[in-house]
Amino acid sequence: MVAQDFKSDQYVRFCPGCGDHAIAAALQKAMAEVGIPTHRTAVISGIGCSSRMPHYMNTYGFNTIHGRGAAIATGVKTSNPDLNVWLMTGDGDCLAIGGNHFIHCLRRNVDINIVLFNNRIYGLTKGQYSPTSPKGFVSKSSPFGTVERPFRPAELVMGARGTFFARALDADVNLTVGCMVAASNHKGAAVVECLTNCVIFNNGAHNWISDRQTRADHTILLEHGKPMIFGQNKDKGLVLDKNFNLQVVTIGENGVSEADILVHDAHCQDDTLHRKLALMEGPDMPTALGVIRDVEEETYDAAVANQIAEVRAKARIHNFDQLVESCEKWEM
Amino acid sequence: MCRQGSGSGRDLKRTTMKETSIERVVVRFCGDSGDGMQLTGNLFSNLSAILGDEISTFPDFPAEIRAPQGTLGGVSGFQVQLGSSHVYTPGDYADVLVAMNPAALKTNVQFVKPDGLIVVDSDSFKETDLKKALFVTDNPFTELGLPETMQILQIALTQLTKDSLADSGMDQKAIVRCKNMFALGVVCWLFERPIDKAIHFLCNKFAKKPDLLRANAKVITDGFNYAANLHLNINTFHIERSAELPHGMYTSIAGNKATAWGLIAAAEKAGRQLFLGSYPITPATDIMQELAARKDVGAMVVQCEDEISGVCTALGASFAGCLAVTSTSGPGLALKSEAIGLGTIAELPLVVVDVMRGGPSTGMPTKTEQTDLLQAIYGRNGESPLVVVAATSSADCFQTAYMAAKIALENATPVIMLSDTYLANGTSLWKLPKLADLPAIHPCYVPDNFEGKYNVACRDEESKVRYWAYAGQQGLEHRNIGLERDYNTGSISTNPANHQRMVDARREKIARIAHKIPQLQVEGDPTADTLLVGWGSTRGHLLSAVHELEQQGVKTALAHFTYISPLPANTADVLSRYKRIIVCELNTGQFASYLRSQIEGICVEQVNKVEGQPFSVGDIIKHVLA
Repeated sequence: MVAQDFKSDQYVRFCPGCGDHAIAAALQKAMAEVGIPTHRTAVISGIGCSSRMPHYMNTYGFNTIHGRGAAIATGVKTSNPDLNVWLMTGDGDCLAIGGNHFIHCLRRNVDINIVLFNNRIYGLTKGQYSPTSPKGFVSKSSPFGTVERPFRPAELVMGARGTFFARALDADVNLTVGCMVAASNHKGAAVVECLTNCVIFNNGAHNWISDRQTRADHTILLEHGKPMIFGQNKDKGLVLDKNFNLQVVTIGENGVSEADILVHDAHCQDDTLHRKLALMEGPDMPTALGVIRDVEEETYDAAVANQIAEVRAKARIHNFDQLVESCEKWEM
Repeated sequence: MCRQGSGSGRDLKRTTMKETSIERVVVRFCGDSGDGMQLTGNLFSNLSAILGDEISTFPDFPAEIRAPQGTLGGVSGFQVQLGSSHVYTPGDYADVLVAMNPAALKTNVQFVKPDGLIVVDSDSFKETDLKKALFVTDNPFTELGLPETMQILQIALTQLTKDSLADSGMDQKAIVRCKNMFALGVVCWLFERPIDKAIHFLCNKFAKKPDLLRANAKVITDGFNYAANLHLNINTFHIERSAELPHGMYTSIAGNKATAWGLIAAAEKAGRQLFLGSYPITPATDIMQELAARKDVGAMVVQCEDEISGVCTALGASFAGCLAVTSTSGPGLALKSEAIGLGTIAELPLVVVDVMRGGPSTGMPTKTEQTDLLQAIYGRNGESPLVVVAATSSADCFQTAYMAAKIALENATPVIMLSDTYLANGTSLWKLPKLADLPAIHPCYVPDNFEGKYNVACRDEESKVRYWAYAGQQGLEHRNIGLERDYNTGSISTNPANHQRMVDARREKIARIAHKIPQLQVEGDPTADTLLVGWGSTRGHLLSAVHELEQQGVKTALAHFTYISPLPANTADVLSRYKRIIVCELNTGQFASYLRSQIEGICVEQVNKVEGQPFSVGDIIKHVLA
């Protein structure tokens, strides 16, 4: 299958220059790479720019109501585990109005792929601050700057016992496709935080990371089993200092060799290092991209199906007539 | 002869024993919420049903799980009416009241007939017990001003239970907990109920706890023998077996269980996976618990993080091809409103069960009311018509849930089924059905001969029913949306004329269901000028009123509604035949105002009550005769 197979006939209505165009293309490519046919693929969304995504996919799609996508996707996947279910959501839809469904979906480990478009702004309602807008951010609803502390999605995901977290960037389609494919292959609730640019209301919010000139120095691509090396010259790396804090070092300086650099273990059950990696930020530290956490645990949908199967295998009652027959009854 | 309690009032006169033969009798058990009154009442009811009586029960319990012992707030009650005919309600007033302590007596004496019999545990009527129940004298019977005609039977239930189990090796606390069985033994004797049948029920209840079974069986036997041997000089009751019920196998079923089983039956009949998304809420929780326990028949239950998730997981399951259900009560229905609206525009099959309770807000969670009617019909943003049905008895919850599922699956629409505390927790006799005898269910799938490219707006032009394609079906990939869609292409549309057309199509689809549901039937005297009108759980009380009025020579008829939105097609015709129409409901007039809005020029009187309790038949008769 090719990306074109997953493209619907709908005219794409994102603003010119919006990062969502790239994500739509990435999703179609990822679906083709995963290879699950269109009729067994469902794309669920809530409300917001990100939530328009189902319209552009030639699969089953359900563009629902604000914040409830995670709950609806839970119902879709649990009742029909044969489907590959995607949830397209944004920082408002997912972390504000839908926060409760999001954390419980992660806690249960429902096998769905969540793409969280984080542009740190409310776009579709035209420019209010979001739960991920930095403190002091000036927007239409915070003309004097927000006084709120923002969420950091990775922290929320791991706090809710999430089994998969990756970070992608709208400007890097290959990275985004890779994260999406990994999320789809992961059995359990997988979150891909995609840093996206709202060209109209929050242009350049992720410039520090996405700028091509400096991207190599400001980000680190984490790959399981590979040393955590980054930088224009591939000479920077991450180590843990004696206080168990991550530290950037330069290979070849102060006696640091490649052997001293941490090797990424995305499959480690303990999420301590995953959190530290996911929460790194500039100017002193690079932003981590790629699959940061990917651990295996039983999925909710499989557990539900297995329990029903186990009970049915042992039960004396299998249908309604037998159920009725089993109750305390008398002739009148 | 009865024993005197410490604060005793009257003693029973030694008179000749007499046996009263009556058609119907009402018994009310009450005590601390830990006294086991619900179990006692249920055992007695089932026992009576096995002996061939019609039964109708109503548990009346406090919201507190365990209020301080002996206090007025902690009293739990269970009322049952049994008899040979016309048992449509648990009865207005009790012939026999069993009160395990002064608090129970004080709060329940209002439900006893003036010539009723009160059985009390004299061991629980000590000074401290009376104080806890806020009695100010040492004679509660005089203080309550009980009429002379009431008989009081004081039995030292606690001591007699201790004597009965003296050699059991059980600890005192466990022994005293069995005193409800002693009371049940006495009541069994009063009503000629053989206790071997009661012990049969206990065997099921305590199958895994043989020690408890032995103890309870001994106490109930000793209670029965105590009453029999002492030749208590009180009226006993003889009830003929019911001759009215159609022959068949019966059980006694509570409304919530019947609802759950109706959904199980519908899913199997339709060949769809049953999916319930729900969040615990009184008095609806039993539906979720019953289905969670029925994995053997394949029921899938998700206990959600909140009410909204309950309905949303269900919508997701419907999108993926299930018979999808969410169960709740009034506050939960309010939370689900937006998602139910999504169900109406997305035109997905969905059953929403609302077990109504006292409102507004948290209101009275364990009490009964019919106050969510207008919320169910109208409580959503935009033009969002859907189907509303209401169960008319505990056993009828089965049929109503089944039909709700059938309508939802055949018309791709949300259906709200209304039940209430009274039906949910009460029980009535249920004739056991066979799946083969239930009406067929044909979900509105995309027809095999469908031509062209399927989209979310494709519908049958005759019925306006949208074709339901569900995720996983090959070749029917489509996008569903909460946004308005183009009538032809299914794509997002804000075109003015298209919106009008879509609104009309969705409304028309629901309106046409009026011709698919049963016609409105009238019960009672066909020549009557006066018509009682009700809906949902009040049917038993209204029917009883019609029968009692008939005995007084007053002609009345009853039109009782299960199908509310849309109304049956013949509703206006039927109602136009009566000079006087009295709409009776447990709210301030919601169905009456709905009827006025649906039937031009209709003039109705109203009987309304919002006390958190069912009607009493007397309330209704009084209004008719006024």
